[in-house]
Amino acid sequence: MASDRIFGLVAALVALVYITSATNIQTSFLADPVGPKLFPIIIGVVGAISAMFLVFRPDPEPEWPVLRTFGALVVAVIVLVLYAYALRPLGFLLPTAIAAGILSYQISPKPKYAAIAGIGLSTGLFIIFKFALGLGLVPFPNGLFD
Amino acid sequence: MDILANLSLGFSIALSPYTLMLAIIGCFLGTIIGALPGLGPSNGVAILIPLTFTIGLDATSALVLMTSVYYGAMYGGRISSILLNIPGDEPALMTTLDGYPMAKAGRAGDALVISGFASFVGAFLATIGLMFLAPMLARVAYLFGPAEYFALYLLAFCTLGGMASNNQAKSAIASCIGLGIAMIGVDNTSGLPRLTGGSLHLYDGVDFLVAIVGLFAVAEVFFFIEGHGKGSSIGVNLKKVIIPWKEIFSTRWVMLRASGIGFIAGILPGAGASLGSFLAYMSEKSIAGEKGGFGTGVAAGVAAPEAGNNAAAGGALVPMLTLGVPGSGTTAVLLALLMTLNITPGPTLFTERPEVIWGLIASLLIANFVLLLMNVPMVKIFVRVLQVPPAILLPGVTMVSFIGIYSLSGSYFDLLLMVAFGVLGFILRKLDIPTVPVILGILLGGNMEDALRRAMVISDGDGFYLFSSPIAIGLWVAAIAGFVAPMFLRKVLKKPQRVTD
Repeated sequence: MASDRIFGLVAALVALVYITSATNIQTSFLADPVGPKLFPIIIGVVGAISAMFLVFRPDPEPEWPVLRTFGALVVAVIVLVLYAYALRPLGFLLPTAIAAGILSYQISPKPKYAAIAGIGLSTGLFIIFKFALGLGLVPFPNGLFD
Repeated sequence: MDILANLSLGFSIALSPYTLMLAIIGCFLGTIIGALPGLGPSNGVAILIPLTFTIGLDATSALVLMTSVYYGAMYGGRISSILLNIPGDEPALMTTLDGYPMAKAGRAGDALVISGFASFVGAFLATIGLMFLAPMLARVAYLFGPAEYFALYLLAFCTLGGMASNNQAKSAIASCIGLGIAMIGVDNTSGLPRLTGGSLHLYDGVDFLVAIVGLFAVAEVFFFIEGHGKGSSIGVNLKKVIIPWKEIFSTRWVMLRASGIGFIAGILPGAGASLGSFLAYMSEKSIAGEKGGFGTGVAAGVAAPEAGNNAAAGGALVPMLTLGVPGSGTTAVLLALLMTLNITPGPTLFTERPEVIWGLIASLLIANFVLLLMNVPMVKIFVRVLQVPPAILLPGVTMVSFIGIYSLSGSYFDLLLMVAFGVLGFILRKLDIPTVPVILGILLGGNMEDALRRAMVISDGDGFYLFSSPIAIGLWVAAIAGFVAPMFLRKVLKKPQRVTD
């Protein structure tokens, strides 16, 4: 109940923001009868109306994870974000091994197994993609072995 | 005898050793992807697209490879349904209803062979159907102007929302999210940026591959972390595999009927393979009646949904290739592949690039025989694949997604966006909001707006032009009916739940 209502409210607010920013779209002198504003505004309006339906007629509450699992999910997201930032400066092997290891540990909490899974996935994928498929992956941090 | 000439053109491409090799690799990968729980056809195909693109395959090769993966995944989905009682992909849900009881009764091998054979019949007949129907529909598609296309896109969103979701408002929100994202970036007509919030990264818009991989593959990892990889790997052992000819023969009419139903369900825009297997199973169940013993582990109960599922997979290619409107989540992903390869689906594809279409159809025919071989005599290899623990599989899938997107654009911004889409996908699925309309919106949003604007240019701003032709009116009526009708049918057509131990 509450989840759907909250989501509906958030979605309605986003839709309103979307509509306002759509009304501020610059139009050019090369105008067609519709212009660049109308379709985004229609989308926003339809979205806002459907969102209000959710607020007033919500479905039964889904099963949300308990707080600890929620923490694990937040950790996973942070790991993936850091991984995205690390991939260019640190090369492929190290960040991949760490990120894959952490994810593996989160799915089944066995530290040794997760470490091996991380290292194995990192080297295995590197070999497949670099040598079998010929992608230009950089293995190590730039300048480490110059 | 147009078709024969076209087919021979197709086979001349498909039988070249290189294309043949790609088809076989695709079938193999596809069956694995389908068999692994947590890696269905949509996310399997999604993570492979950036890779095929970076390896630099040409259009025909890439299309042959990916559609073989798509067909293979539809075959493979049944393996984990039967052995683990976990559908490898959504359409395989119906196969668990009789497949798992059969496996528990010690007849896992029989169930796998019968369903493999049914998959073959369904997919083969659907490919033949595709061969005849697609060129015909392509000719009709020439009559489509912008007004008709606008109505057609609307129809796709309405029926997809109606069929795929339990709540119309939720599917409408999902479509709006997708369409709204599609509007971001430089406007095609005026050349001015829209809704970018000033971020230079967003001037090119949001790449649909980033969204697809995030919503399908990354979100899946979050679900496995939440479940701690539970509910995997408690399975039934597979003993010796003998081909039960008699039982296969006894289900011949079931397979034929189910293929017909599945093919039609597949053609409907937005309905797709899940509906195909569902309708096939339910209609066979009512034909067989009480004595049929559906749900207790009978051959017809595994043959019907698998034939229906695979026939629908072939049928779903018809609207995707002829009109550019996908019939299911996975064909939406295949449409993304076409767009990445700069192929515009639609009637002109059949006249201007016949080698792509007919090479594809011929490859699908060949892929079917390859898949039959892989899935009946060699099924034991794929059963072994099921033993890969999720703690290795899911991190692997995530890393492959990252490599794929990173090698496409080389930008960390796209990777962050992908993670964001993963989080969005998790929240949406938790709230029972379908993610396929989001993908469809991102893919078709630009075309839909173009159609609307071109229609208005033609009519000089007269809104009634949208309803000016019989085809357009028919599509509008179908769209409204497709959105409204499921609200009333939902009570009648209740989805059966999974068998529990």
